[in-house]
Order: sequence, then C-alpha cells, then structure tokens
Amino acid sequence: MSEPNRGRTPGRLPWFASLPALVIGALFTIGPLAVIVAFSFMTRPAQGGGVVYQFTTDAYRTSLFTKSFNGDLVFNSAYLEVFWRSVVQATISTAICFVLAFPLALWIATRTPRVQNLLVLAVTIPFWTNLLVRTYAWMLVLAKDGVINQASRALGLGEHELLYTDLASQLGLIYTFLPFMVLPLYSSLSGFDFRLAEAGYDLGAHKFTVLRRIILPMARPGIISGSLLVFMPALGSYVQPVLLGGGKVLLIGNLIASQFGDSRNWPFGAALSVIILALLGLCLLGVGLWARRTGTKVSLSL
Amino acid sequence: MPNAPVIGTTRPAEVVARENGLTIGNARKLFATPEGGVVKALDGVSLQIRDGEFFVMLGPSGCGKTTLLRAIAGLEVLDSGEIYLGRDRIDSLPAYARPVNTVFQSYALFPHLTVAQNIAFGLQMERLPKPEIAARVEEMMALVRLDGLGGRLPSQLSGGQQQRVALARALAKRPRVLLLDEPLAALDLKLRRGMQDELRRLQRTTGVTFVFVTHDQEEALSLGDRIAVFSNGVPVQVGTAEEIYEQPVNRFVADFIGESNFLAAEINDDGDFRVADGPWRELSEPVLPAMDGTVTLAVRPERLVVDGTAPELVRGALAEVVYMGTDLRIRVSLADGTSLAIRVSPPFEQLHLTPGAEVVVGAEPSHLHPLAGER
Repeated sequence: MSEPNRGRTPGRLPWFASLPALVIGALFTIGPLAVIVAFSFMTRPAQGGGVVYQFTTDAYRTSLFTKSFNGDLVFNSAYLEVFWRSVVQATISTAICFVLAFPLALWIATRTPRVQNLLVLAVTIPFWTNLLVRTYAWMLVLAKDGVINQASRALGLGEHELLYTDLASQLGLIYTFLPFMVLPLYSSLSGFDFRLAEAGYDLGAHKFTVLRRIILPMARPGIISGSLLVFMPALGSYVQPVLLGGGKVLLIGNLIASQFGDSRNWPFGAALSVIILALLGLCLLGVGLWARRTGTKVSLSL
Repeated sequence: MPNAPVIGTTRPAEVVARENGLTIGNARKLFATPEGGVVKALDGVSLQIRDGEFFVMLGPSGCGKTTLLRAIAGLEVLDSGEIYLGRDRIDSLPAYARPVNTVFQSYALFPHLTVAQNIAFGLQMERLPKPEIAARVEEMMALVRLDGLGGRLPSQLSGGQQQRVALARALAKRPRVLLLDEPLAALDLKLRRGMQDELRRLQRTTGVTFVFVTHDQEEALSLGDRIAVFSNGVPVQVGTAEEIYEQPVNRFVADFIGESNFLAAEINDDGDFRVADGPWRELSEPVLPAMDGTVTLAVRPERLVVDGTAPELVRGALAEVVYMGTDLRIRVSLADGTSLAIRVSPPFEQLHLTPGAEVVVGAEPSHLHPLAGER
C-alpha cells in the first residue's frame, strides 16, 4: 500500500489558490463589519466625530434608555418607535412587492423560453442605471411641476402634494425592490411543471384553487427568498426616505446616517447598525429553522 | 364483466353505449406547427366506448390518440364535434366539472403533498366530510396495495409506487371513465408486465370504464377488451385484439400490429391469384384487384410454413436462419427480389434448414388477407 497522496487531487488546485478570494472576502465583507462592531463598543469623544478607544456599552444603552437630569437611566421609546416605523414600512413594501410581482412572475414563467429570457432581461433594466439617478427621476415625476401634477391640473383635478410624503417614500421602496421579488419568484415558478396544474383541474379544482393549493406552495422557496431580499434592504433603506420622503419621518436608515453626520455619535450609529444586523440575523435563523423543519429549500439568490 | 352486454337488454351494443357509455362524434382538432403549418390531430373521430370496458387507443406518436384523451378530460378544446357521457354532452364542461379522471404519463403527483394528501386532493375538491375522505383514502391505498405509505412524499417512492398513487388518486373520485395516458411508458419491462396485470385487476374490480392510450401494440393486445388503432387523426380499425390481429383492415394496421409480410399477388380472369412464380390458387374471399390486376396479401410470419403442411404458395431460397429459442426466424428470398419473414415453431430439429437451399413456402388460404384498396 502506498501512502495516500493527500491534497493532490488531479484537476484541483492546492488550497492556497483560494487565498486571493479569502483575502478579498475578509477585506471587503468581514472587515467593515468588524470595524462597525468594534466602534459600537467604544466611547464617544467629547467633541466632534470619531471614537475614543475605550470599551463601553453606552451606545447600546442609548437605544433604549436616556439619561435624565439627575443622571438616572430612564426608559426612552423614541428609538424603538423608529425601529417599529421602519419595520412597518419594510413589511408594507414586501407585501406590495409580492402582490405586484407574483402575477408578473407567473406570466413571465408561462411564456416561451425565448420570450422568458427577454422579459427577465427587461426586469433587470433598472439595475443598469444608478439608484440615485432613478430616484431623482421619481422626484421629477412626483414634484409640484412634475408629470403627474401637470396631468392632474390639465384634467382639472387640482394639485397634489406627492413629493416629500410617506407615500412617495413607500413608492420609491416598492419601485426599487420590485425586481428583487420578481426574479426569485420567477425562478421558482419557471421550474414549475404546469402539468401539475392540469392534474389539479382534472381532480376537480377551479383555477383559483389550483393557484392556492398547488402553485403557491411550490413557489414557496421563491416567495421566502424574494421576501427576504426585499425586506432586509428596505428595513435599512436611506435614499428613498430621504430623497422622496423628504427625511421628515425618522427611519433607521437616516437615523444611522445622521449619527455619522450631524449628530456625530459614531458609537451609537454603529450600535444601531449592529442591532439591525442582529435582528436580520435572527430573522434568517428563524427562516432557516422553519425551512429545515418543513423540508423547504430556501436560497438567497435572484 | 366488461365485455358482457348490459343485463336485461338484447339491444345492439352501440345503442347501449349511446345511452350509457362514452360517445365521441366527429371530433376535429387542428394544431398549428412552429413551422407555420397545420396538423390535423383529430380528423373527424367518431367512437363509441361501452360502459365498463377496457378500451385501448393505439397508434404511433402524433396519431391523435393523446389529443382525443385530453379532449375527453377537458384539457383540450375540440374545434368541432361532440363528446357524450351517456346522454349528457360533456365537451362544453370545464375539466373540473367532468366525471372523468386522468392518470398522466408523468404521473403529475403533487410533490409537496404526501401520498395520502395526493389521493385526498380530489375528494377535498368535492367537499366531502373529513371522515369519509379518510376512509376513501384508506380504501384506495389498499386497492392499489400501498398500505402504510400514506405519509411518504412522492419523491420517496419508486416509479411503480408513484404509478399506483396516480391510479389511486384518480380512482378515489369514482370517475365514470378513467383516462390513462401511456401510464406505463416510464416503467421498465418487468414492472410494466406487473402493472398490466394490476390494471386489468383494478378495471375488473372497480368496473370503471378505462380508456387507455399507448403506442405499444403488445400492451394494447394484452390489455384491451377492444382496441382502436389510430393513424393520422382517425381510428382506422376498432375491434377486439383478435379481430385486429387476424383481420387487419389495411396495410397500416397489419404492419403496426405485430409483424406482417406483404405479398404482391397477380389475379387472373378466373379470380385466382399467384405470388411471383408460384402456382395459381383460389382466393378465400372475393377481392377487387387494382387497375394493374394485382392485389396485396398480408400474411403473418407464423402463418407461413416451410414443412409442406399447407398448400404451396411460392418457392424461394433460404437466405437466413436465426435461432430465437422459442422459435426460428427464417428469411426466404423470392425470385422477384422480395423477401419473406417466417416464424417456425418447435420442433424444428428435423427441418435441416441450410442457407441457400430451395424451400417451399406454404400457407392456408384463410391466413392470406387481401388488403382493401391497395396493391
């Protein structure tokens, strides 16, 4: 018996061939996260931005408590409300994206393969342009002299306050994240064997029943991954609430941004980021456990 | 009792069928091909399928048999024509409202539902009470011999077991007609034989009319009470296995079902015929020859003899002898260049067949079938 030739499988590169990938991964994904986590446990300098390298959990306490005049910690729900508003807005975005995306994805999935490819390409067209540019375009559409108001005036329906409202912010979120819902839904529906729908009709099910009892359950992996892909970025969104919502309503995204900007409280901004990260992590963990229990395959991909 | 007439009636089967069975009247369906052409999938099909019979629709792919099955199920809309179940016209009903169910070629089991849930699906659609559904599911699983597998997912079953689930799911609805679309095509030979027996048993015990589509002629012969042979969108012959095998109406049927030799025979003014330079013989049935005075005779390889036990038909040279165990397959070349396939049953030890030798091929008159409208 000869010594097994470990680590030298023909056609495979040695382990250090993956070194560049490991370095890039460490530098660009884990690195910034590590900095954020580190900053969240540091002390705020007396003046200006930045951090003082001194361990403290003050930043986390700030999110739930505030110091009263006599120095006691008093419960403060202001930031919880910000969280709650953000969760509500992200949930609404996710729900509306699903309602809009499902029929679209189903329609695309039932076209001929050539047409399907073209339509999927069309769904990704927004990705070809910068998000800011697209958001400014929405501002022009919704503005006082924008297309909608001009049309409304011409029809004698008067002028409407559209820009810098919650509605505009919500609209922007739905617009931005719709493709992230359409693509996973499409990919789970395109693999759907429509003979199963025929079997459903044959067994006495009406169209809507087939949709509810057969097509929807089988699209579940796509629904979950689409929902996560919309909910997670929508929760921490910054551009839409600020540019379209006018920053009038405080959401987590602009709250964090302001900590690194005007408020100059870097540790608190970092702590808020870590809290979102932890919440989303819990979310994913829950989905993962549920997926394992029900045997559903969930993948976070477009 | 699939073939027996309905008790208490002596009326012709066709009349009974019109009142109880499945009647298809002049069904037509065109399909556009991707090349821009048009295919006549159903070119005026009229059929009467009797109550409780095992009816097989047989034909090569693209002959329209599956289209007709899907039209009966309601998954395909006819361009014109009628489908009656008993006296009720069903071709305008949606698929979910027809008292027929289908066993699909791909089984089409719902992968996210267990075996029991798959079988229960159609019953839930009828809004039956839960205890009744549970009882019917149990009954069906016992019927197809799947007891104890109710909790499995389809992906955890073998092909044969999936097939049984598909059967149970369709039969659970107690359909008046069960449609089966090449259900055994995906199974290997041994399993297929077993499932054929199983299907026959299920059909006898349930008494449901089975309409079975296949391109496998052996399967059709072994299963069908009656068989319809389809070609180019029409059934060219409908009959029992024996009728179709022994009395094929044309060259297509003779060729598609089993093996056939087609012999060009010359007809003289007395109505006698001869093959190549063989002796003149009398025809068993009168036939109208083609313009050039010839007719095509179909004869099965096992109906030709080389041992002189039947009247001489023609002489030829022995070209090939293949030993098949159960029989010998020999090939005889005639003077005019055609070759005959002959199957010789045992005992063949005494025949001393050596390639190149002259053999006398004989056949009984009743086994030579003149084919109508052909030469």
